Formats: sequence, structure tokens, C-alpha cells
Amino acid sequence: MSRLAERFRQGGVFVWLSATVLAFCLAMIIGLVGYIAAKGMGYFWPSPLVQVQTPDGPILGEITGQQPTHGEEPAKTQFRVGNRDIYGQDFRWVPTADLSAPEFPKDALLIERLEYGPFIGRIVSLSHDGQPVATGPAAITEAASRLPETLRIRRHIQSIEKGQVGDLNRRIERIRLARRKLEEGRDASALQALDAKAAALQTTYDELQTSLEQSRSESKAWILGLQTVDGQTRDLPLGSVVRMVPANAMNRFDKLGVYLSRLWEFLADDPRESNTEGGIFPAIFGTVMMVLVMSVLVVPLGVITALYLREYARQGWVVRAVRVAVNNLAGVPSIVFGVFGLGFFVYSLGGTIDQLFFSDSLPTPTYGTGGILWASLTLSLLTVPVVVVATEEALGAVPRSQREASLAMGATKWQTLWNIVLPSATPGILTGLILAIARGAGEVAPLMLTGVVKLAPSMPLDGTFPFFHLDRKFMHLGFHIYDVGFQSPNSEAAKPMVFMASFLLLLVVVILNLFALNLRRKLRERLGGSTF
Amino acid sequence: MMNPGAIDMEIDDPRPVPEPTLLHASLDGAAKRVGIFSQPDLPLTDPSVLSAPTMLKVERLNLFYGEKQALDDINLQVARNSVTSFIGPSGCGKSTLLRCLNRMNDLIDDVRIQGRVMMGDTDIYAPGTDVIALRKRAGMVFQKSNPFPKSIFENVAYGLRIQGQGDRVVLEEAVERSLKGAGLWEEVKDRLKDSAQGLSGGQQQRLCIARALAVRPEIILMDEPCSALDPIATARVEELILELKREFTIVIVTHNMQQAARVSDHTAFFWMGKLIETGLTEKLFTNPGHRMTEDYITGRFG
Repeated sequence: MSRLAERFRQGGVFVWLSATVLAFCLAMIIGLVGYIAAKGMGYFWPSPLVQVQTPDGPILGEITGQQPTHGEEPAKTQFRVGNRDIYGQDFRWVPTADLSAPEFPKDALLIERLEYGPFIGRIVSLSHDGQPVATGPAAITEAASRLPETLRIRRHIQSIEKGQVGDLNRRIERIRLARRKLEEGRDASALQALDAKAAALQTTYDELQTSLEQSRSESKAWILGLQTVDGQTRDLPLGSVVRMVPANAMNRFDKLGVYLSRLWEFLADDPRESNTEGGIFPAIFGTVMMVLVMSVLVVPLGVITALYLREYARQGWVVRAVRVAVNNLAGVPSIVFGVFGLGFFVYSLGGTIDQLFFSDSLPTPTYGTGGILWASLTLSLLTVPVVVVATEEALGAVPRSQREASLAMGATKWQTLWNIVLPSATPGILTGLILAIARGAGEVAPLMLTGVVKLAPSMPLDGTFPFFHLDRKFMHLGFHIYDVGFQSPNSEAAKPMVFMASFLLLLVVVILNLFALNLRRKLRERLGGSTF
Repeated sequence: MMNPGAIDMEIDDPRPVPEPTLLHASLDGAAKRVGIFSQPDLPLTDPSVLSAPTMLKVERLNLFYGEKQALDDINLQVARNSVTSFIGPSGCGKSTLLRCLNRMNDLIDDVRIQGRVMMGDTDIYAPGTDVIALRKRAGMVFQKSNPFPKSIFENVAYGLRIQGQGDRVVLEEAVERSLKGAGLWEEVKDRLKDSAQGLSGGQQQRLCIARALAVRPEIILMDEPCSALDPIATARVEELILELKREFTIVIVTHNMQQAARVSDHTAFFWMGKLIETGLTEKLFTNPGHRMTEDYITGRFG
């Protein structure tokens, strides 16, 4: 007993205890990230297409799940059979006992297409303008060689739709607004000039539409004849094929190619099919942009508040009360901030801005509706206590001797703050910013009220003047996870997307934090490591 | 950092040391002023210093921290181009008095000051006094060296920069002059861009002196400038003080009585917020006019 007491007294036990707890925490974090990464990253690897016989007919698809026997319930296997347009659902549970031995037919294909999720089956023919070109295995090779060309056409159409058509629409809208203004003034000549401009624009627009229509019909000329495993046939224009994956006929390198191409599509493309397919680039972009705007807003807000509280305000009960209030602000549920943001920023502030500066386009709101500015502002309110507390501590840690040295040189209080105190406090302020980013990047609830949307038609940063469009709605990874996972019509298919989006959200936060950490490290080096 | 010059200097020290002959001479003059001695709050100076123009004049100064009186009816004069040291036990008010001279006590809440401090012809506590301008006239060196976390150059240039001086040539000239004045130029001239916090303790303290010199003050207030330095660095700073005396008026607070004896022309002894005795340094250390002074300098105090 006394030996045990001795060990406690020496503290060796606590070294082990603390080390174990640390190891446990590390294991949990690594486990969390690893689980999410594994679940998400594996999604892009082409799985083999399994063909089995069941009493209800043959099934062709990827095996996505197993369920062991549960009392009365027999063991079941889950297949992803695709063909939502034919079967009505992507997935099917089949009792494992009913399955015949699996086959892996080499000619089975998984075709990713623009609508209805993947098609899983076989290509029987390829035709051009109704004329059959190839059948059987030759059709597959022919289709594969035609595919890059159709992809190019589709990309071309998309770029015209997004770029030129969007631009024309904006110009026509501007003319419409200008016209409405002029109509009040009754300036006939100006009106005529405007009408001429509008007509010219309309002509360009029509020409563009014609060429678009042409490209569209071109891409629809090539038709794939498809057949499912149970004999049903479908025609699919080659133009709506995204990717053809003959999983069973591929070697490891082909699969790696598919993997990388899918990963790139996911990172760099816009979403399709109510976000369950395609990429999530707008969400990544929106998240980063929102965090950056939030940082730009929260740092001055927090630092100036802390400066006044710590340096200028007379330390009394009022300041103490303010400090307590600021600290408590950090504990307010984020949805409350969302409600405040909606009521104050969006409706009151945004509504007033619209009345004053954008009255032409009313009743369509410009700032009077959710947007990235309001969302970032709401989040900066949410995170400002963190910055205030960190800054106050950093200011307090600047040695009194240095302030006195500066004041004794004849510097004013402000000069001392600006030249001596703030530079020394910058690493501490950055610590606050890092914490704010960590908190802000993951918030979803307040954003849903103040500007995040399921699908944003345009990004908050683009090539049209004035480049930053702070009034625009945006997409966000956190909301994307919620939307895909819980609001999606096909949540089973979207499950890997949820993991992948979560992983990316983690990655975005880590990368943003690394930037701030690096900045702080550099500043500390410059300051000679004297402050905390 | 171990500077051979510093050691040499320690050995053949030119400064006044209480040698018997010297003592004797000063005793001689001091004996004539016994009458003034009995009034300890009057400044004790010899005729030559009395005829020198007065730089600082403290008149009936009382200072209160809240209810507590920290300085009690101080009357004191500091002659131009002299070194005056304040000695006394901890908490006797000597640092407080020093900080009254450039109004650094203003920074502390709850301080109340009565009386006058004349710097030249201006009462620095008169309403409407420009404190910023005052502090430019009275530079300060602190107990712990406190260079800013900037480069050596920027540290010295700081005072001019905050006055709005942006001309590179003027700044470079001032930095060189100040660093030479502080005896630091040779050591740092090749690394002016380096962080000041990489310097040794003694160098940092001399940098702080250079920083104070850069704005060309009239008075330099030193608050125990050597208390954190080793003997060699201390010797260098003391040597510097004697150099600076030619151009500036120096007031130094010290706990080290040997230091006070070595560097100062005048010494003022404080006890419990009161000025007990002031006078020529040699006189005060060899023939103190007050029993308490004698007890303190001989170490029998308390």
C-alpha cells in the first residue's frame, strides 16, 4: 500500500495517465479523419459489376452492402443496379440464399449519364441519325472513340450558356432597367437609342440560341442502343453520356484513370442531378470565400473592440459587464445568430440598401435577400468574441515596459498602440483568427437563413464587373453535406458524397488554418519570439 | 560581450573614488556649510554648482497614490550638465520622484500630485502642458532594458519616426550619432537590420540609452539602469554616463551606493517619501549631515 502511495507521490502514474489520455484522443481524431477519408475516397474506385440469377430474374450491379441474418430476417445483399428510369430505384436488397454463383461479364458497362443516375447493362448498337453504325462489341469501341468529341461539344454548349448567354442576359436586363427609368423622363431620342441597342442585343442573343440549338442537335445525333440485364432496352444520346466504365474489362491502371478522372470531376465541376452527382466545386469555392470575407470582417471588428476595452476604457463595472456579455456571446446558439442576421442584416439593412441604391430593380431584391455578405457578417458576429478574447489577452501580454519606453520617448498613446503594442500582439490576434476560422467554417445553421442555397447559379467571384458579387447567394460544403445527406431524393446513392464533402470540409478548414499558422510563425520570427 | 576595453577601464578608473586626499579636500569645503545642513530639505550645493544654471527645480512636491502619500514635500534642484543620483531604501519614493520629472506617473490611475516641477522656465504640471513635448525633453532609461521588438536601427529611429521624421538620410545620421553617443556603434554597425532582442543585456541597455539620445533630450532620467547588468556591462554604462554629462543633464536612481559615489556630482537621499538630505556626492558620502544618511550609507540602516 505504501509503495502505491509512493508511486502516486512521485507522479509517475500521472505521466502514464496523461500520456494514455493523449493517445486516446489522437486515436479518436485519426480514426475520425481516416474513416471519413476512407469512406469518401473509395467511392471513386470502379467496383466490379456482378451478374447473379435470382428467382425474380437476373441482376447486374455493384455489391454495396451485406446484412447478416437477424432472427427471422435472412441474410441480405445490397446491389446497386442503377437504371433509375427503368427500375424506379438505384438499389435493391436480395436474400443472399437466393443468389446463384456470381459472374463478372466482360461486356457489362456502367454508364454515367446526365440524368437518372448510372445505367448498368450492355451496349447493343450505335446509330447516327437513325442509321445503325455498329452493333455488339464493335459498338462499344466505336462509342468510346466518339465520346471525347461529344464531351467537347457539351462543354462548349455549357460554356456558351454560362458565359455569353449569361452576359447577354445581364446586359438586356440593364437596358430594361435603364428604359424604365427613362420612361419617367419621356426622353424620346434616348429611348429610341436604347431600343436600338436592345434590338441589337436581341439579335445576337437569337443567333447564339440558333448556334446552341445546332450544337445540341449535333450532340443528339449519335444514339446508343442499351439493354439491361433483364432484356429491357433504352436509347441514350451519346451527348448525355458522361463516362463509360466497363469495370470488369479494366486493369488496375485503367481503373486508376477512371478514379482520377472522377476525383477531378468531383473537385472541379458543378453538381448535377440535385447535387447527388457531378462535382462540388461551387461549394468549396463558396466555403473558402465566405471564410475569407468573414476573416476580413471579424479581425477589425474584434481587434478594435478589444483595443477599446483593454486600452482606452476606464476599467470599471461597465467594462466588466461588457466583457462578460462579449464572452457570453460565444455561447449563444448559432441559429440565433442566423435569425438575427436574417432579421437585421437581410431584411432591415439589405432592404434599406435596396431602397436607396437598387430601387430600379425592385421588387427583385439585390441586397434584401440572403447573400454571401450577410452570411459572412453574421458569422463574423458569431466569431467576434473569440477574436476579442484572444486580442485582449495578447494586448495584456505586451510588456508594460515597452509601452512605457514608447511613451517616455514622447509617443502618444495611439502611436504607442499602433507602433509597439499592436505589432507585438499580432500573433495573439492571429490565434484568435485561427479559432474563429475553425468555428466559422463549420457553421451551417446561420448560413441557411442568410444566404446559402442548395444550388447557386453563379459564383460570388467571376469575370463580370465588379468581380466580387457580395449580394449573391452561394454554396457551402457544410450545407452541402446536410442537403445531400438528408434532403436528397436519392440519399442512398449520395452517401459517399456526404463522406467526401465532409472530408473536403475538414481539408478546407485545415488548409485555411495552415495559412494563418504560417503567417503567425513568420510574424513571431520577425518579433524575435518575445511575445506569446 | 566580454570586452577587453571594459576590463581595462575598471582597472584604471578615472572617476572620483573616495580616496583620502580627495575626501579631505571636500570635507574642507563642506565644513563651511554646516548651517545649511540643519535644513535637510534645502538643496546642498557648492558655490560653483549653485552658479551653474538650474535645469530642474522641484518645489513642495507631494504625491499621493489614492490615500497613501508617496512623496512628502520634496524640494530639490538639479544643475545643468551634472549627474544627480537618488538613493534610498526600496519604497522610499526615489523612482516615483524620477517618474514625476517626465510625468510618467500620469499613466497610473488614482495618482494625485501637488506642487511644482520647473524644467527650465516651464512648470511641467501647469494645466495645458504638452506632456508629449515634455517627454521629448526628458528621455528615460528603465531598470530592465526594454528594446522594442524591431531592428536595432528602428529602435533608435523610433523617437524621430513618431515625430514624423521620414527622411532616410536624417534618420541614418541620427541613428549613427546616437549609437556612437551610447558607445554601441562599433559593436552593431554591421547589423543594424538585426533584431534588437538578439543583443546582450548590456548592449540592450546601451541601445535604450541611444534610443533616448536620438531625440536630443535635455535631461536623461535613469531608473536603476544597471541593476540587471553584470559588473562589466555596468562599468561601461557608468563610463557612458560620465561621457553624456557633457551634453545632457542626468538624474539616476540607484540602489548601488558605490555607483552613486562613482558617477554622480550630487546625491539625494530619500527615506519614506521624504528627501532627507541632498548635497555634493563626496560630501554626502564622507560627511553626511544627517544621522539617517550616515546609517544608510554605512549599512547600519534598519
